[in-house]
Amino acid sequence: MTTSVTVDRRAFLRVVAIAGGGMLFGSYVRTLNAMSPDASPDASPDGYTFNPFIKITPDGKVTIIGKNPEVGQGIKTSLPMVIAEELDVDWKMVTVEQAISDQRKYGVQFAGGSLSTPMNYEAMRGVGAAARWMLIAAAAKTWGVPAGECTTSHGTVRHASTKRSLAYGKLLGAVATITPPALPKAAGGTAEVATAADGTPVALKDPKSFRLLGTRVPQVDDKRIVTGKPLFGIDVVVPGMAHAVFEKCPVFGGKVVSANLDRIKSMPGVKAAFVVDGGAALDGLLSGVAIVADTWWNARTARNQLQVQWNEGPTATQSSEGYAKRALELSALPPEKVVRRDGDFEGAMKGAAATAEGAYFYPFISHATLEPQNCTAHFKDGKLEIWAPTQMPQPGRQLVSKTMGIAEDDITIHMTRIGGGFGRRLKNDYMVEAAWIARQAGMPVKLLWTREDDMHHDHYRQAGYFWLKGGVDANGRLVAWRNHFIMDNVAANQFPARFIPHYALETSALPHGVPTGALRAPGSNGLAFVIQSFIDELAHAAGKDPLQFRLDLLSQPLLPATGPADQGIMDPERMKGVLELVREKSGWGKKLPKGTGMGVAFHFSHRGYFAEVVQATVGAKGALKIDKVWVAGDIGRQIVNQSGAENQGQGAAIDGISEALGQEITISAGRVMQNNFDAYPLVRMDKAPPVEVFFLITDNPVTGLGEPALPPVIPALCNAIFTVTGKRIRSLPIGNQLAG
Amino acid sequence: MSFSLKVNGKSVTVDVPPDMPLLWVLRDVLDLKGTKYGCGIAQCGACTVHLKGVPVRSCSMPISSMQGMEITTIEGLSADGTHPVQQAWQEIDVPQCGYCQAGQIMVAASLVAQKKNPSDADIDAAMTNICRCGTYNRIRKAVHRAAALGGAPATKAHGATDDEQMEATR
Repeated sequence: MTTSVTVDRRAFLRVVAIAGGGMLFGSYVRTLNAMSPDASPDASPDGYTFNPFIKITPDGKVTIIGKNPEVGQGIKTSLPMVIAEELDVDWKMVTVEQAISDQRKYGVQFAGGSLSTPMNYEAMRGVGAAARWMLIAAAAKTWGVPAGECTTSHGTVRHASTKRSLAYGKLLGAVATITPPALPKAAGGTAEVATAADGTPVALKDPKSFRLLGTRVPQVDDKRIVTGKPLFGIDVVVPGMAHAVFEKCPVFGGKVVSANLDRIKSMPGVKAAFVVDGGAALDGLLSGVAIVADTWWNARTARNQLQVQWNEGPTATQSSEGYAKRALELSALPPEKVVRRDGDFEGAMKGAAATAEGAYFYPFISHATLEPQNCTAHFKDGKLEIWAPTQMPQPGRQLVSKTMGIAEDDITIHMTRIGGGFGRRLKNDYMVEAAWIARQAGMPVKLLWTREDDMHHDHYRQAGYFWLKGGVDANGRLVAWRNHFIMDNVAANQFPARFIPHYALETSALPHGVPTGALRAPGSNGLAFVIQSFIDELAHAAGKDPLQFRLDLLSQPLLPATGPADQGIMDPERMKGVLELVREKSGWGKKLPKGTGMGVAFHFSHRGYFAEVVQATVGAKGALKIDKVWVAGDIGRQIVNQSGAENQGQGAAIDGISEALGQEITISAGRVMQNNFDAYPLVRMDKAPPVEVFFLITDNPVTGLGEPALPPVIPALCNAIFTVTGKRIRSLPIGNQLAG
Repeated sequence: MSFSLKVNGKSVTVDVPPDMPLLWVLRDVLDLKGTKYGCGIAQCGACTVHLKGVPVRSCSMPISSMQGMEITTIEGLSADGTHPVQQAWQEIDVPQCGYCQAGQIMVAASLVAQKKNPSDADIDAAMTNICRCGTYNRIRKAVHRAAALGGAPATKAHGATDDEQMEATR
């Protein structure tokens, strides 16, 4: 996903006494793109907004706010850990509370692009460090000693030479007399020192002294999860709430002409049934029929009797077969656009010692979050209250505001725990549907999509068609590469641009009516398969070891950047580091039984460097068993939560394997052919390999982990299959391609 | 129509359509939200509960077939998360999004109650629920850990307190 945000973290800590004797440590975070001219009632005159992250009560208990949506990436645990580390309190003293959606208070709040950590790591350190600085100042003042002689640990300020100590909870009165310091800025992930009003530096902790970060901390909601507490959007209950289903046209963008509403209204439990006109945007409010009933089951049962006459619109003539046919036609034509051309591709191919050529394809796939899309909304007295499992609450508010003509300030959004996102809930279609239905029905409504709705109305991972040619010279060096990508756009600096002297990247558009959106490691999750598989083809053509061939490629001199768009490519040294690490950990090159082999791949995305090895065995009749996966990643100088990080790495690898093995959405007559998990297989226990995750710690900014571990596993698996069988997988999913 | 059954040790009577699946009776009538809807066709297992100690997929069991049956949900597995499977899940920090985990735990509780020391093959065969986040490595580890913690009868002996059940079935 692409999200452009500008955060000015010039922030100031302010202390306000709160009822009950506790103190609120907060900061003013100016969030330029969230600034609104009609400032909220709690905005201060200078335009900054009070932003409370930390609360300490006299009993020493610490409440820390988790600012971003929790989608299973562990952010509700990890960002508060960062604050707790700098605040220097024990984790067991901390209770974490989920923020509501309020960007004027909390800064930008979303879960996407693996950005929560890089955008917030230094800022959250600053929030904790500034509060700790104040506690030290308060203790020093109380004792009449220099602040520089005081230290903290375990939520207590200490003065060693006089053997005095005061717990944070006992310092709250004194803290209120201390002038708050300016928070450290966080610019590009680089920590900077904050300063107090008198110029005294407020240092962040030396990472060597970290006691919490880098340890294994279970998710703060684990106990609530394992005891079945109502945490998720689907669990929300509002007094007087009714339940809704919403039927949209099976053909994307189709509209309701008429429906047998009278029949539906006569069904048991039905409170309302109506047509929603909707608009044209596929990620907004679409045309459909809403049924509101006393229970969801009654709404769903009534829907079985629903008869709708649809105007299916132009997409009704489209199909996956048609897209493939058109892609083949386009492949034979000159490309619509030359994105990049370095050197002399044709000349280099003529002089190549070995060449390879292949047509690659990956399909549309669905996010298939296990919690189907849902949202609860209550419209009362012109104001809307919404409970939503959304990765993007603020754009959801804007969508609802614009669609329904309700001011943004009159829309409250509670961020529930989210039963899987993977990018699906960057869209807010379910939110605007629930809000609209609740207002029209005149009662609080929980809208819940069926699994079939969810599979038929996703914003799918874009499919792609590729025609590739490449060549290696007499020294086995990759010198020529041409990629004609048929579907949409690709970045001009996409790897392996600038690593290959004679390089052509071309595109042709294949317009279609299928809604698409970001899916975990968008772009990369498909491109890595194509690029790293074709590199493998060329390694084998050159007779080189595939891992060494990649190290050699990364060691080739980079072509000079041709413009700003050429910036931001990977640092080859960091990628070589994780390749070497995965070589060592996997025992790459060791002798394996007949029928078993390894494949390797790497990919840079979302600021993360990942190299992965898959070991696979192919038995009789092409039976594929994935024996093991090794994941080596470089996400900078600090792993925030070792347990969460390993879990993300394992999950990403298994997610990628699941995509590779069986996931495919096909279109016929403008509609999705798969209805449910019986036709859209997700990997289960028996097919999930052991995944070992290793991190290479390098002195680079701390970055996110939701996405970058996924892309390499797919080509690593396909490359392992080639090692064993000699069969090159050029089309996903693998399905039954190995049979016979 | 009226149906009587026992949920987490407590007798309940519900007045619902006969084809209403047990899942929706639990979630929307008895307000036991721990059991989850994922697919509605017994494919994913997010809705797993125990029927007389045996794991079943409640999304596909009409209430009309539940007359007089004894059901245990995740809320009834223990009063406070102390069932060995729940303990193991927390110790190993299994969840990511957590949505499937109640169903996974119900299957695991049944498995470790039946097999003192389940093998990896036993786990492959029994643990067929979908985890969309891919926490399978940890689920496997946690099942082994739960077995080492002594397993437990799948339903009895770890029932919720009366108060909790009152609250859960209000």
